[in-house]
Amino acid sequence: MSDGPVLTIRNLRVVYPGDDGDFRAVRNVSFSLGRERLGIVGESGSGKSTTGRAIMGLIPYPGRVEADEMRLGETDLTRLNERGFRRLRGKRIAMVLQDPKYSLDPVMTVGKQIAETHRYHFGSSKQAARAAALEMLEAVHIRDPERVYHQYAHQVSGGMGQRIMIAMMLIAGPDILIADEPTSALDVSVQQQVLAVMDEMVKRRGMGLILISHNLHLVASFCDRVLVMYAGQIVEVCDAGRLNEARHPYTKGLLDALPELGHRRGELPQLRRDPEWLIDLPAAVGAAA
Amino acid sequence: MSATGLHMGAPTGWRGWLLDPAPASRRQARFGRWYRGWLGLYRNGLAMTGLVIVLALVLVAIFAPLFANHAAAFTQTLTDRLQPVSWAHLFGTDELGRDIYARVIFGSRITLTIVALVSVIVVPVGLAIGLPAGYFGGWIDAVLMRVTDIFLAFPRLVLALAFAAALGPGIENAVIAISLTAWPPYARLARAETLTRRNAEFIEAAELQGASHVRILFTQIMPLSLPSVIIRLTLDMAGIILTAAGLGFLGLGAQPPAPEWGAMVSSGRQYLLDQWWVATIPGMAIFIVSLGFNLLGDGLRDVSDSRAG
Amino acid sequence: MIELEGVSVTYGAGPTTVRAAREVSFRIPAGDALGLVGESGSGKSTVLRAVAGLIPHAKGSVVINGRELSNRRPRESRKIIQMVFQDPYGSLHPNQTVDQTLSAPVAIHRLGNTENRIMAALTEVGLGREHRYRYPHQLSGGQRQRVAIARALILEPKVLLLDEPTSALDVSVQAEILNLLTRLRRDHGLTMLMVSHDLAVIAHICDRIGVMHSGRLLEMTTAAALSEGRVTDPYSQQLLRANQGFDASGGIIDVAA
Repeated sequence: MSDGPVLTIRNLRVVYPGDDGDFRAVRNVSFSLGRERLGIVGESGSGKSTTGRAIMGLIPYPGRVEADEMRLGETDLTRLNERGFRRLRGKRIAMVLQDPKYSLDPVMTVGKQIAETHRYHFGSSKQAARAAALEMLEAVHIRDPERVYHQYAHQVSGGMGQRIMIAMMLIAGPDILIADEPTSALDVSVQQQVLAVMDEMVKRRGMGLILISHNLHLVASFCDRVLVMYAGQIVEVCDAGRLNEARHPYTKGLLDALPELGHRRGELPQLRRDPEWLIDLPAAVGAAA
Repeated sequence: MSATGLHMGAPTGWRGWLLDPAPASRRQARFGRWYRGWLGLYRNGLAMTGLVIVLALVLVAIFAPLFANHAAAFTQTLTDRLQPVSWAHLFGTDELGRDIYARVIFGSRITLTIVALVSVIVVPVGLAIGLPAGYFGGWIDAVLMRVTDIFLAFPRLVLALAFAAALGPGIENAVIAISLTAWPPYARLARAETLTRRNAEFIEAAELQGASHVRILFTQIMPLSLPSVIIRLTLDMAGIILTAAGLGFLGLGAQPPAPEWGAMVSSGRQYLLDQWWVATIPGMAIFIVSLGFNLLGDGLRDVSDSRAG
Repeated sequence: MIELEGVSVTYGAGPTTVRAAREVSFRIPAGDALGLVGESGSGKSTVLRAVAGLIPHAKGSVVINGRELSNRRPRESRKIIQMVFQDPYGSLHPNQTVDQTLSAPVAIHRLGNTENRIMAALTEVGLGREHRYRYPHQLSGGQRQRVAIARALILEPKVLLLDEPTSALDVSVQAEILNLLTRLRRDHGLTMLMVSHDLAVIAHICDRIGVMHSGRLLEMTTAAALSEGRVTDPYSQQLLRANQGFDASGGIIDVAA
């Protein structure tokens, strides 16, 4: 495996044509991802989820995805059609979504789903796939993999469901994992555990991780680097530990607007949206690897 | 909103008024909503085809005398019987010398009457039974659903035969027979839709404000169930038309000399090999109208799905 | 203003019995704000709904403004106590404009003076004429929640119940709504009962905080005590720690089914 960035993106644009004119969901987004944990933070409509989906080729018609460069290792993602992306998904890029209740097939046992993923990518025999699935269940710290293998999606708790999703998504050994609000539907105590599992898997396999979330503190405490998105653009890039040194007024405003447990204020400073933030920034704000 | 670089090229004029994101009155809001729904339908080629066919049926039925000569549909000219397609008789003549084109045109009135009458009966009855069943649950639900089951058990044609035997054949009795067997699925549909929304937070909010059950059913739940019921009706239309045609075929619907399409197919059967137009032309009319309703219903469902999702 | 005594809610029977709330009791003096915090399944939302009178089979007594309220509330009593729900999209009827949503309660209670009441309610929550005839899907999450608050306040209640009012909102919008709630509470002297899983949000609005778990009220504490970590119950401490963000030093626990 090379030492360069795993994923390189330059000037990514996603446009949705509509009744009221074209909607630019993502504009001039550029960043690279190494074997690190990168967080993309933003509010709804910031384009963070759209960015993740664009990387996976999941933007539905009539949305259009364009980029000056979008490379996963040696593969040029801008030239891929649906068939090309299908070969990539799971095998080289994986995605974990918010609610396992909706991502897991309700009529198949969870173990079988993981095994099927293995068979799809490797063409393995039923026994080999089953063994691989059990191994993955153990790797995500599920104590009784044999028993959980035969359970259905509605029988497992939220945190367990997410671990199962992680197992299923990582079984084919992808290079990067995109996690879109993976813990937002979970209780706070369970969040910690699921993130720890993700962290261990990512570190052990030398993968890159993109964590997309609206929770600034969570991302700052978990990731190495943070990208802040607003209205489709990246407005800030910084190391996670240095979030309080953020420069862009949006990031600072966001941090100020959060209620803090130890610091009770009568009125929370409200984020004043400066229309200047909507102007297209010069490209390559986030290009530094 | 259009100056930010996010949206480019917003519409103006009356389209702009309809698509205005900040309506200034109830009327503007409601029309805007209908217009957006219409846009969704307009984009669907097949749905528009269906709409055109249905509109054509309505126009032809209403303005039938403008399209064809009423006398030609009923005057029997035995010397002219079974004439093939020609300029004098666009669709040929039937076994009694009547012009088939005129009969098809005037027959559309019968088809439209049946369609309209069945709709007007089936939708209110289905809603009246399904909505309370889903909303109140318990024994009300059980009783209403068992009543529904009883009616579901009747096969349509057998019931029509029974009615014809009891009350005599005719369009009105055919309509009643069809309606009696057609409403149960609508009750079930209304009930299913109600069950889905029953525990929604806006229903809880309405309860919390002290809204009575009747108010909640009428103002909150019914508007949400109505779209699926209407869509189901358009899709069912094909079946209803065919059933009416079937009854006509058996001699139970419209009575001669009424130019009911099904009856025309029936009487044209014996001439099928040599004078194919007598049975085939009315058959095609039935086919085209059924297809039109089907396409329209599909299109409506697509629009409704995309707005709900 | 609010007194709960032994409120219990049980769903199902036999092997599928779920005791959503067990013997929950507390008092809220007029004008105060109490927060219930806990994870999913803790029973906090159930208690809230029992107070709202939305659970017909709840046991125990709920006394509001000196009057004991049974589970089937008469229409009159609805004016005193109103609720703001969690999901701003789910709590507004999708086919009704803001205008219709706000005029419904006025019509139900025959209060009259509809036009003024609606405009006053909109202004108070920071919305304008341009929002009045929009449908919910044409409003942002924050705007919808404002409409929900306006709807709750248009009947001039004394008690406001809040079910995770900002959980579905963005951070910046959350700050606006929290500020709005603080101001409304001050201006109208409302008594508030708020439920949330977010400790920071609850501590911002509420003076006293109750920690719930598995249907029981474990501990009643204050925002100040919570922020200084002075909590006695071990579960409360666990909750507090979990709220601090990701802890890289924490080990991974194996989960069993």
